[in-house]
Amino acid sequence: MTKIVTEKLDFERRAFLKNISLKAAGLTSTAIAGSAILSACSSLGGTSKASLGRVVIIGGGYAGTTAAKYIRMWSNGTIETVVIEKSSQFVSCPMSNLVLGGSKSIHDLTFGYDLVQKNHGVKWVNDEVTSIDAAAKKVVMKRGEITYDRLIIAPGVDFNYASLPNLEAAQEAIPHAWKAGWQTVNLRKQLEAMPDGGVFVMNVPRVPYRCPPGPYERACQVASYFKTHKPKSKIIVLDANPEIVSKKGLFSKVFSEMYAGMIDYRPNNVIVEVDVASKTVTTDFDKLRANVLNIIPPQRAGKPAQMANLLEKDYPWCEVSFLTYESVLAPNIHVIGDSVAAGLPKSAHMATSQARVCASAIVELMQGRTPDPAPVFANTCYSYVNDTQAMHVANVYRYDAAKKIMVAAEGGGVSQSPSELEGQYASAWADNIWSDVLT
Amino acid sequence: MKNYTVCFFVSLILASAGIPINGMSAEVLVSTDTLSNSSHIRTLAASCAACHGSNGNSIGNMPVLAGINGNYFVAQMLAFKSGERPASVMHHHAKGLNIDEINLLGVHFSQQKRVSNVVPKSQTLKANHD
Repeated sequence: MTKIVTEKLDFERRAFLKNISLKAAGLTSTAIAGSAILSACSSLGGTSKASLGRVVIIGGGYAGTTAAKYIRMWSNGTIETVVIEKSSQFVSCPMSNLVLGGSKSIHDLTFGYDLVQKNHGVKWVNDEVTSIDAAAKKVVMKRGEITYDRLIIAPGVDFNYASLPNLEAAQEAIPHAWKAGWQTVNLRKQLEAMPDGGVFVMNVPRVPYRCPPGPYERACQVASYFKTHKPKSKIIVLDANPEIVSKKGLFSKVFSEMYAGMIDYRPNNVIVEVDVASKTVTTDFDKLRANVLNIIPPQRAGKPAQMANLLEKDYPWCEVSFLTYESVLAPNIHVIGDSVAAGLPKSAHMATSQARVCASAIVELMQGRTPDPAPVFANTCYSYVNDTQAMHVANVYRYDAAKKIMVAAEGGGVSQSPSELEGQYASAWADNIWSDVLT
Repeated sequence: MKNYTVCFFVSLILASAGIPINGMSAEVLVSTDTLSNSSHIRTLAASCAACHGSNGNSIGNMPVLAGINGNYFVAQMLAFKSGERPASVMHHHAKGLNIDEINLLGVHFSQQKRVSNVVPKSQTLKANHD
């Protein structure tokens, strides 16, 4: 039985890829291509469903994968959904600071995309986008092209090296480790190799950046490792912001109590120059030499959003309608996740919530109905302060029709203190969000 | 007439979820917009999935919301909201929701089928990944 299903899936994938390559060869009749995909699609579920159209999603992170799954679920399979993702594996940024602390391996956070494809009939293309033709409603990839009725761009963040140009080519020596993967492993190895009594220097870029509490959680994780294995070592946190950006009271307390004398937190410290060979950073106030240096560069909306010219002029993020996540600059193109210009935390949970509002709106629009005029969703973000204790910030966000933005409802807030109970909740959060996104 | 129809509909769905309807007209103020737009509640409910799983079918020790008694759900949320039931995080969510949303979430989760969700299997990170 399993074999038959697999064969059908393989058939579908082959038919789909063949279709893409036909189009790449110049046979660009959408009608023919569309029907070829549809017939393959209907073989998957065993029932024939008329398609309301095709949604193409660029990016298989938390936002893009969630949007794909929920469009399929909420449209009862009547909307064809295609994800384009350049990586063949999903690596979770949430929990990846624990790799630096030593309580997780990068492999614990690495998953495949097979279940979300199989369970929901999401089509998947492992390729990289090279251009977007909004007029022709077409996405061009390295190995083919595809047309869409609606496009969702969910590329995450792109690093902007304009202020530190020599850093881009020096990522082996000075990793950002701000997209989970081999850079995370590299940074962990550098910390392991550092002698006791060494200095780890890291920065916090100016807001907005991916995962507001992330850098402070990182400092805690490295401190947790040092406390046990290299107790004479120091951590210097250079924050470009005037104060701790998220969970301020909690992190201040953890820095000064749990890691007293180990974490040296310096606000208003923008890195203006880096000497790669000596791992020396210069700020407006300091010149520091590090044994291990971790620089998280300033960020902007991801490359596919740049290709579609969706960034604002003076602000490198994408303005959208918070009812549909459709770009204010391009009809039928939606942006979700970290690339969105919003006064909201760029968190994984937020990315999935935006993805579902977008998915729901697209299903409503393609079925000829009006999207929800007043979306509401919840966001919970946990940070681990060592290998077992965590703390949260949680809020409900509600659409403000007058301001046309999502605003935090009253009643949200943070933990009273980090605890092992919340460490268990944080772990359960990860298991449940991975299950929700990837299966 | 319009209000009557709305109240009748609310009575039906709340009753079907095991939520008492006595005194509803005083406590439950549901707008036609909220009721007629099921995408509103399904999207809100789905944002609970990060901790409570897809369609309320959680993994691990997190409370399962799928198939929950709607009356029990509403009572717990109101207890979180008032502070009567101590919580580490749920009071921050309950306080941000209004009574209409809590009632309709109770209906929504009570109607979800209980299924076993799974955590995807972790893999060895490939060498060619970033």
